Amino acid sequence: MLAESNSATGLERQLAVQDLNARYVEAIDDDKLEAWPDFFTEDGRYRITTAENAAQGLPLGIMYATSRAMLRDRVRALREANIYETQRYRHIVGAPRVIASEGNAIRARSGFIVVRIMHTGEMTIFATGSYEDKVTLDASSNARFADKTVMLDSRAIDTLLAIPL
Amino acid sequence: MNIHTSMRQWPAEGLTRVPYWIYSDRDLYDDEMARIFRGNTWHFLCLEAELPKPNTFRTSHVGDMPVVVTRDKDGAIHAFENRCAHRGSLLCLKERGEAREIVCCYHNWTYDLEGTLTGIAFRRGIAGKGGMQPDAKPEAHAPRKLKVEVFAGLVFGTLGKDTPPFETYLGPEIAQRIKRVMRAPAKVLGGYSQILQSNWKLYMENVKDSYHASLLHMFFTTFRLNRLSQKGGLVVSEHGGNHISYSMTADVAGKEYEQAGMRTAHDDYRLEAPELLRSVDEFGDGIGLQILTVFPGFVLQQVRNSLAVRRIIPQGLERTELVWTLFGFETDDEAMTELRLRQANLVGPAGFISMEDGAATGFVQRGVRGAPDEKSVVEMGGSGTASEESRVSEAAVRGFWKSYRQQMGF
Repeated sequence: MLAESNSATGLERQLAVQDLNARYVEAIDDDKLEAWPDFFTEDGRYRITTAENAAQGLPLGIMYATSRAMLRDRVRALREANIYETQRYRHIVGAPRVIASEGNAIRARSGFIVVRIMHTGEMTIFATGSYEDKVTLDASSNARFADKTVMLDSRAIDTLLAIPL
Repeated sequence: MNIHTSMRQWPAEGLTRVPYWIYSDRDLYDDEMARIFRGNTWHFLCLEAELPKPNTFRTSHVGDMPVVVTRDKDGAIHAFENRCAHRGSLLCLKERGEAREIVCCYHNWTYDLEGTLTGIAFRRGIAGKGGMQPDAKPEAHAPRKLKVEVFAGLVFGTLGKDTPPFETYLGPEIAQRIKRVMRAPAKVLGGYSQILQSNWKLYMENVKDSYHASLLHMFFTTFRLNRLSQKGGLVVSEHGGNHISYSMTADVAGKEYEQAGMRTAHDDYRLEAPELLRSVDEFGDGIGLQILTVFPGFVLQQVRNSLAVRRIIPQGLERTELVWTLFGFETDDEAMTELRLRQANLVGPAGFISMEDGAATGFVQRGVRGAPDEKSVVEMGGSGTASEESRVSEAAVRGFWKSYRQQMGF
């Protein structure tokens, strides 16, 4: 079903996705990773993959989680187990395009770019791609990701990918 | 090419010392490409499964030299330099695809899937004017063809005239351990590249270093995926350059790490979603982890049910592309594929285990910048390269340098 983009409902839905993504990237960029899993539904799915894998129909993810619990494990590992140099991201997310909207679910696509800033001051364009989101609205109209696929334009990751995208 | 290398002297201590100029000498890189990569060594090119049917190709590398791997109409696999005989342009610009012939985009020179020149545009000119002289021999400049061997679904190639047959090069134990993992036709799950800000040798040392794994990677130790106290072993091939490190899944529940106060041992660390680590003993031998290398640049990985081939592309002195291809088997059902996809979280640039390797090699590259005349100390497990039960050893690292020195003439 097409989005009702010229009605108030359609616009509200587009804004709901935009607002969700804005809060999502703010949490990551401000190092509030403990809040990151709560942007997903309890059994929400998160996957980072590449356009190259997708074009071949290959299922591999660079990160892959199928619950909030798995996302919390990721955050815990980043805080306590994994070794990586201090770094932060700056996400810039484009306006979402609503692909489909039905019942309480919205499918939308937004382009993004991530600059990585190392503790040394080195800044690089670390990743670009699109967020392929399935967002659900609960009874109180709170938006969460039921599915978020981070589709990277490039097949190459510089050094490591610790902080989620 | 020989002049530069001969000016360098390996430290008198032998294999227990690695001089830091080895990672920073700008001229050495070119010598390595010629002597090692284009010499008498075997290079992993791709999985046979990446050439799924006749008339397909895949691009790859031998060192920094681009190559094309093809499966011809009869199913035979070939590999040749990705360089046109005419002006040196890349022939294949795509990673993979289907083709009955390879046509250079620059001037339309044409090759069959064995890399033999079959056609030259306007060779006889147009209307009797232009074109090549009748006695011209453009075939003499053909892209070099590699000798290819397909072993257990893995495609290897060599440019060397005196490279031993592939199985001889592997040695019997390495050959058997490759077959152990490649137990059925492979099915590619996907891939990615990791760009390492370091010399290629630092990555190969890292993979062969069974001593670091449970010390750097807390995930390994905490969940008892790979502790040095677990039963296992280290196998180093006769020439030194190939190795296997493995450990059994079962642990004796030892407290050696906790007693030693290792950072990587956190007894209170539990996963909220332990399904990440759910695994099956698909090989039926209790081995939960096996890392295998073939000199100079191939890695075959089994971390529980996460299987991958990795190959390195040196891209200059301080940069290396690490190409990962994760796979399962044609015989896997949906649940097994899902298990492998979950466990893929352990490896790659975002891997709970392997993300640190991407950084560690760069830490050395940066750390030794002002110390070309200093040396690293490689004395764990003594000074030899023999296989042994203990993995508290750097025998496989020394084995790498044994092969390296032999190839380089140090």
